[in-house]
Amino acid sequence: MTGADSAEARGGVVSACPACAAAPAAGALAARSAGSEEAGRLILSVPGAHCAACISTVERTLERVPGVREARLNLSLKRATVDCTPEVRADDLVAALAAVGYEAHELDPGVLGTRGRDREGRELLMRLGVAGFSMMNVMLLSVAVWSGAEAATRDLLHWISAVIAVPTVAFSAQPFFRNALAAVRVGRLNMDVPISLAILLAVGMSLFEVSQHGADAYFDAALSLTFFLLAGRYLDHRARAAARSAAAELAALEVPRAIRIGPEGDTTVAVDTLAPGDLVRVLPGSRVPVDGIVVEGESEIDRSVLTGETVPAPAAAGTRLVAGETNLTGPLVLRVAAAAGDTALRRMAELVAVAEMGRNRYTSLADRAAAIYAPGVHLLALVTFAGWLVAGVGLRDALNVAIAVLIITCPCALGLAVPAVTTAASGRLFRRNLLVKEGTALERLAEVDTVVFDKTGTLTMGMPEPVGLGEHPRAALEVARALADASAHPLARALASALADAGVKPARVRDVREIPGKGIEGRRGGAIVRLGRPEWVGAEPSDETTSCLSLGHGQVLTFRFRDRLRPGAAALVERMRAMGLEPHVVSGDAPAAVRRLATSLGIEHFVAGAMPEEKVAYLERLSASGRKVLMIGDGLNDTAALAAAHASISPASALDAARVASDVVVLSRDLSPVAEALSTARAARRRILENFLLAAAYNAVAIPLAVLGHASPLAAALAMSASSITVSLNAMRLR
Amino acid sequence: MEILLVLIPVSLFLGGIGLAAFIWALRSNQFDDLEGDAWRILRDDYDDRPKSD
Repeated sequence: MTGADSAEARGGVVSACPACAAAPAAGALAARSAGSEEAGRLILSVPGAHCAACISTVERTLERVPGVREARLNLSLKRATVDCTPEVRADDLVAALAAVGYEAHELDPGVLGTRGRDREGRELLMRLGVAGFSMMNVMLLSVAVWSGAEAATRDLLHWISAVIAVPTVAFSAQPFFRNALAAVRVGRLNMDVPISLAILLAVGMSLFEVSQHGADAYFDAALSLTFFLLAGRYLDHRARAAARSAAAELAALEVPRAIRIGPEGDTTVAVDTLAPGDLVRVLPGSRVPVDGIVVEGESEIDRSVLTGETVPAPAAAGTRLVAGETNLTGPLVLRVAAAAGDTALRRMAELVAVAEMGRNRYTSLADRAAAIYAPGVHLLALVTFAGWLVAGVGLRDALNVAIAVLIITCPCALGLAVPAVTTAASGRLFRRNLLVKEGTALERLAEVDTVVFDKTGTLTMGMPEPVGLGEHPRAALEVARALADASAHPLARALASALADAGVKPARVRDVREIPGKGIEGRRGGAIVRLGRPEWVGAEPSDETTSCLSLGHGQVLTFRFRDRLRPGAAALVERMRAMGLEPHVVSGDAPAAVRRLATSLGIEHFVAGAMPEEKVAYLERLSASGRKVLMIGDGLNDTAALAAAHASISPASALDAARVASDVVVLSRDLSPVAEALSTARAARRRILENFLLAAAYNAVAIPLAVLGHASPLAAALAMSASSITVSLNAMRLR
Repeated sequence: MEILLVLIPVSLFLGGIGLAAFIWALRSNQFDDLEGDAWRILRDDYDDRPKSD
């Protein structure tokens, strides 16, 4: 196979090479990557980018990579689009960015949708722009009418307004019409029903009045209604677009591959194509792709994302591994036990889906307001119509008054009341490194009265640190440094870097080699020195995280490891207590470690050794006793609990699934901004209620006027603009 | 009042130019990254010459 052939296969046009034909999975994979890498476009997620210097550094770094034509960083989405030749690999770009200090991940453009653009947002913006243009022009013409245009001039101005307003409403107000229609079809009333009715009736009645040379036309009201409500819709959309793109990003992040051992050697295949019985190679440092049983090799397995255990578990032939665990030290060969769709990971995802169903039943404040409001307004208009008819005015006049009531009470301010506040609050939290993902997250956060923490990776950093190094003799520490330097095991790395910080130089140790699943061995003088698992070194195993050093002649030292507290964790627990929240800890880790942490933070309620289902059950018990629970967690074992809780927060270091399941993501290492999220959520809820009150106050003045037939187009325009602006200004106080 | 026959078309035309400019900007992706663009004007790259393609 020539170079040109392989380039073609990479391009994915044809996969003519015999090896691919023999292995259909490889062909499928080639086709798949062809779709996603069309014409050499790569998309990277760069979560750390946040300022002008970031734009310059990221773009320049990427453009310096050979083969890259252009790179552009989108700061709103924190996503870089790279235009390059097909030879450029995403890994090289990620490595280049890592070298200048930016974390980056490859995204699958196929999952992100066409070119990864926000089509709905653009459509809303277009409608908003058109509505704004028409509103201003019609308002200009209306001012002429209000200031006293008469007879033919007034008719002319009205007709021009009609010509502008009718097509604009037909185009710009479509989202409301669509939603209203969908609601009416299933026999419900939502906020869009009175909105659509008011807009349509305003235009229809004005057209009729103008054709009869009438004095009042509400074209400007119909248009400003459309404009202000679209502005609210757009804000709402923007607040959610960040969340949606984050979710799509997480799906795109997972490009699951596995190394299958076949008759003609190792091939990288998509996880979906694996069948039970296949052999899979799992390299040190990589995730276990599917559930299976080890047939070859020895290693240690990090289960913390699944169970919260901090101590790595040994793995050898016969050990059962679960998808999502990380292989630490030695290469393993795994026999696939279950097809990809049936892994423990997927079952966890199903648990999450079930839990989320429960949360979707939450009715937001806006929905609750709409449920009272929509029928109320319609009833009011109907009563007005009937009342005037009974009072003996003509059908046309009675209808006009009723329509004026509908227009004036139209929930312009109500439509802005919630999105303006959530936008301001989300913006404020984003500046404090919190990403609000869900539209109703703030409302739910404001109601929380109990907080359940996960331990590993949430309250702690999830990274071990040696303690009490000073108790050991210097010479022994130097040997330990020499051995630890030779391994990539997390405990060895932690020990090596702590010793390096303490200024301990490595001793001279010969023949250093790592024994997978056990530890590191070497020769010093005549003796064999070992650093590793207690049983292997010849020490008593303990339930704490330990690593032991043997210096040969029966002399054994024990290094104890602690998981360090996350910065801001203690302050956060303190502030939560001050806010009247009750902290709990639920962890999958060993009882001793959980007890130590809970007592050091002064938390009375804690559970250790909890399985994912038990975490959910714990939360359900709390909510059954009438509590609103906030879950803060990061692991796969927390995911179902995060989805089941009333509100949930996860740190950015959390696993993808956990971040998807949570409402708010903390972008910094520090946990203390979480308290800010809670206080901002409470403030936001207050502002929303204030806004509802403001809107109600305007209506309290406007409705009697309208019902009594004193409403004019000018009054409608004033009430609408004034209430929308006050509501927006009130929301701005949150920034 | 005859002046209206001139002024109204003029105001509609001028507004139309604004609308057309907005639609053009939207179509050419200029509203895709408002936050990034706010920062972009502050950096010194390409101050001396435009970026070459």
